[in-house]
Amino acid sequence: MGKNIAEKIFDAHLRDEPFPGTKVLDLDRVLCHEITTPVAIADLLWRGKDRVFDNTKIKAVIDHVTPAKDSKTALQAKMLRDWARRHEIVDFFDVGRNGVCHALFPEKGYIRPGFTVIMGDSHTCTHGAFGAFAAGVGTTDLEVGILKGVCAFREPKTIRINLQGRLAPGVYAKDAILFVIGQLGVNGATDRVIEFRGPIVDAMSMESRMTLCNMAIEAGGTSGICLPDQITVEYLWPFICADYASQEAAVSDFRRWHSDPDASYERVLDFDLSSLEPQVTYGFKPDCVKAVRELAGTAVDQIYIGTCTNGRIEDLRVAAEILKGRKISESVRGIVSPATPKIFSQAMEEGLMQVFMDAGFCVTNPTCGACLGMSNGVLAEGEVCASTSNRNFNGRMGKGGMVHLMSPATAAATAITGVITDPRQI
Amino acid sequence: MKKTFSGPAIFLDRSDINTDEIIPAKYLTEVTKEALRPYILEDLKLEGFDPHGKKLKQAQVVITRANFGCGSSREHAPWVFEVNGIHTIIAESYARIFRQNMFNGGMLAIELPREELDRLFAMQQEGEVVIKVDLQGQQLSASAGGHSELFRFDISPFDKALVQAGGWVDFADARY
Repeated sequence: MGKNIAEKIFDAHLRDEPFPGTKVLDLDRVLCHEITTPVAIADLLWRGKDRVFDNTKIKAVIDHVTPAKDSKTALQAKMLRDWARRHEIVDFFDVGRNGVCHALFPEKGYIRPGFTVIMGDSHTCTHGAFGAFAAGVGTTDLEVGILKGVCAFREPKTIRINLQGRLAPGVYAKDAILFVIGQLGVNGATDRVIEFRGPIVDAMSMESRMTLCNMAIEAGGTSGICLPDQITVEYLWPFICADYASQEAAVSDFRRWHSDPDASYERVLDFDLSSLEPQVTYGFKPDCVKAVRELAGTAVDQIYIGTCTNGRIEDLRVAAEILKGRKISESVRGIVSPATPKIFSQAMEEGLMQVFMDAGFCVTNPTCGACLGMSNGVLAEGEVCASTSNRNFNGRMGKGGMVHLMSPATAAATAITGVITDPRQI
Repeated sequence: MKKTFSGPAIFLDRSDINTDEIIPAKYLTEVTKEALRPYILEDLKLEGFDPHGKKLKQAQVVITRANFGCGSSREHAPWVFEVNGIHTIIAESYARIFRQNMFNGGMLAIELPREELDRLFAMQQEGEVVIKVDLQGQQLSASAGGHSELFRFDISPFDKALVQAGGWVDFADARY
């Protein structure tokens, strides 16, 4: 019997099986940010174990509230900063060099096919786009990861999702994943890895694959995962070119992680998305998904384009293309937050930032900020936001506020009209 | 700190109660568990539920439905229960990260089938429900109005070992 990619990664990293069905894995990456790491640091200090297992495998960033908005967030940043200095964590990203973790770390080439990755952040599943097993964990798992370089998981079960056909113009990775979550439900993939396959995934850029894997957790999934291919290698090439004679050699090496043709899956689902329309959420759960058409005309107060789901260069290009030469409705405020300094800089060079500003958008520095209602665009009670983020929980962007999740194209179209709008109508 | 797994229960009769409802993100700027105490379940809107009420203050066990703790990885969610003296949750199912965070902190996330949960929920009619957990024997008793019922539960040997070790840091530190 063959193995799927998650099983292969587990086999290659198995440190211990303390009990049947529990796999303790060696970690290639332990990623840290300033919200969930400080309590782990404080606990390690309290235990007299202020150590790190490997300062080259640990990467850290201040991203959730940055620059600090008050004394409390300044203290969190300081705790992470002091710790990173103390342990000579070279890859630490402070104000000016920092960006949203799940956009920044891949951009730096830190995530490779076959890696095991944990972070104290539920959207760590994003990194599965590179053919890695990447799981969000809590502070205690993070603490043990920092100290020992291991993490425990149950035996992986995988749901394979084949995205068949071809996405129509105006329909993007975000629409595809919203549709999939609508089909699976918010706990349809709990304790499961979601392996994304099929011609639609094969044709996607790394940015789109990250959007897809980012939301695996919204169906309860432990990790999203895509098979590494030529597109993965092209994205990683600046970081791996010294290790391989050619791109073909890298593609062929990474193929060892591919699921075997006779690999087994708990479930295999086929979705032909050729006729998929732009999708949007309603209500307060990410599996409440409809066609944009069905919610068209719903008024919103704020547009938010950014986050680890859709704050990458490809997303900004799509939104700017729609906004070019247009103004946003006077009834809404628009906020765009490029996810990393590199994306920001690239967007400036391409003239995208001018398009956003001419249209009436506020441009913020890279940060998670408004997505979880912490800074830079928190909603007031009763307000509604059209957002490219990943979670629409009640009060997520501010107490009493409501969030509609959508693609950058739909968000841009909605900004222009002030009401939820199908981007194909603009 | 020794944990108590038994005591009066509070019932939260809804599935998919998420981490933002358990502890809103605006409180994640705290760097001690203790500081979270007043904000428990602050954003949970549920008929008859008052986050500042006596019932929640007295509770040592939470009984709820499916997919409890979905959403964020924030361990602040189990912590806010811990600092409020709630070390046991009984549900039909959990989100993976929340469940792991409970066991990693030496707390109990017990799963019961829906029919048995329905029986537990029904016991509220008879008065305050008090839960007694026997971890070794993998069973719990629920008593209300002079009558009590026994429920067996499954727990993986790893999760049980975590609770007995007082959490994952101690377990991992001794072993790796």
